[in-house]
Amino acid sequence: MKILVCISKAPDTTAKIAFKDNNTAFDENNVQYIVNPYDEWYALVRALELKETLGGTVTTISVGGADMEAIIRKAFAIGADDGVRIDGEPTDTYFVAAQIAAYAKQGAFDIILAGKETINYNGSSLGGMLAELLDIPYISMATKLDVAGSTATVECDIDGGTEVIECDFPLVLSAAKGMAEARIPNMRGIMAARTKVLNVIPVIAADKLTEVKSYTLSQGRTTCKMIDAENAASLIEMLHNEAKVI
Amino acid sequence: MSILVYTEVSKGKIKKASLEAVNYAAYIASKTGTSATAIIINAGETSLDDLGKAGASKVLHVNNSAINTSDSQVLTRILNHVADAEGAQMVIFSNDLTAKAVAPRLAARMKAGFVPGAVDYPNTDGGSFSVNKNVFSGKALATYQVNSAKKVISLLPNSFQVTTDGAAVAAASFDVPADLLVSRIKVKEVKRESNELSLPEAELVVSAGRGMKGPENWGMIEDLAKQLGAATACSRPVSDIGWRPHHEHVGQTGIAIRPNLYIAVGISGAIQHLAGVNGSKTIVVINKDPEAPFFKAADYGIVGDAFEVVPKLIEAVKKFKASQN
Repeated sequence: MKILVCISKAPDTTAKIAFKDNNTAFDENNVQYIVNPYDEWYALVRALELKETLGGTVTTISVGGADMEAIIRKAFAIGADDGVRIDGEPTDTYFVAAQIAAYAKQGAFDIILAGKETINYNGSSLGGMLAELLDIPYISMATKLDVAGSTATVECDIDGGTEVIECDFPLVLSAAKGMAEARIPNMRGIMAARTKVLNVIPVIAADKLTEVKSYTLSQGRTTCKMIDAENAASLIEMLHNEAKVI
Repeated sequence: MSILVYTEVSKGKIKKASLEAVNYAAYIASKTGTSATAIIINAGETSLDDLGKAGASKVLHVNNSAINTSDSQVLTRILNHVADAEGAQMVIFSNDLTAKAVAPRLAARMKAGFVPGAVDYPNTDGGSFSVNKNVFSGKALATYQVNSAKKVISLLPNSFQVTTDGAAVAAASFDVPADLLVSRIKVKEVKRESNELSLPEAELVVSAGRGMKGPENWGMIEDLAKQLGAATACSRPVSDIGWRPHHEHVGQTGIAIRPNLYIAVGISGAIQHLAGVNGSKTIVVINKDPEAPFFKAADYGIVGDAFEVVPKLIEAVKKFKASQN
């Protein structure tokens, strides 16, 4: 079984979010990047678990500059066999999907996994676009994935519940909480990661259908009106008269 | 030329989030000199009048039991076919779980620029198109410019008040070619919680966390929600240990919601939880720890024991409701 896992980088969840160049770009100053948690905890770890029980290979794929390398080596340390970095700026999801699709077409992968979203752009779009460009099924928000022969059994979230789906290879999945538990790389993994093969390939021409023109920091709530616990009932009046939400 | 808007039925009614998407499409149509066409698949006997009332000039009903509505590939082919037939340059979704699977696929198929989770009306001045969406888990807004002629936009639910004061239009049935319906996906089982209020669509939400000490104490949370007509939600630890069902979990790893009112009881307000709720219009935090970080993200706070405060709120809501009648 050949599994491809899409890996993106994301700012550490505690990173201070700031913008520069007149609010047109994310300020990377002092920002520590991590493997996007959904890509790592759920997509990559589940892929590795399947490989360990059923055999096969796990390849990571990323679109980004040379600064992605530390992120990809982290995925190697956790257990991925090898990786591909497509050398370009991942500015638009369609552009990224087109790059990965072009590579995946030659790879005969059985399962392609991505996290349910990145924690910086929260788009939840890569898996769907990729599946469409490859013309294969896509199951989003998968919380369980099992494989028997060449059939995947997937549990995924639907509005107000869950659905269990069966689908033959190949397919694309986006991974949500429940797929697997986070793994911490051990020393052997970290040592092995240094020598695993990371192929760097050039980007292909693809349209950038969207672009971010500017950013605005969300206005946090400035004041919290405190109500005495004894007088809790007055909250309901305030919600009606002041906040006008009931 | 028109704007196509994808709509769904749930529990015998058009989903509220779908009507919101129709309102949104009709608004953009009015700004850009075109009209909104609603499409709905297998609506059964449900009345489709609200789609017209919400602003659709045309309602297309694709009724065919052979459609596997769980397959994003099939839905994408159908919507692409309808968009072509209608000459639609734009397709609007409500950003629910169906849209998360279908909208990006459709965008790739149409080679349309896609903005997932738009939170306001687009700026269409001078033929341009840009719209805001939340990024960095709600810590910032980004203005996305769509460069392509074709566009797919999914609207974050509860961004606008729904209005249905227009005129109903008769739904036209629309047949799709059988070759679009080939599906490789087999649905083995559907587990759906029956009669609960849909959490992503709920305007009022009462949520609780570990401060409740155990699942046996959720009665008062459910009672407060019932009195308010609110949906119930929970924090991650509570769904992880199985006190509450997984689909109630709001936060970064669960679902993101933006109700008018979010009442958090016994939830400390970790950054991952806030990421899922900070779009709520009004946030009330009830916690016995005055240092709980959630107070910094709240509009109203009560420092106190949930077991004393919540029953008082239930009584107050009952009185309030009596006074309104």
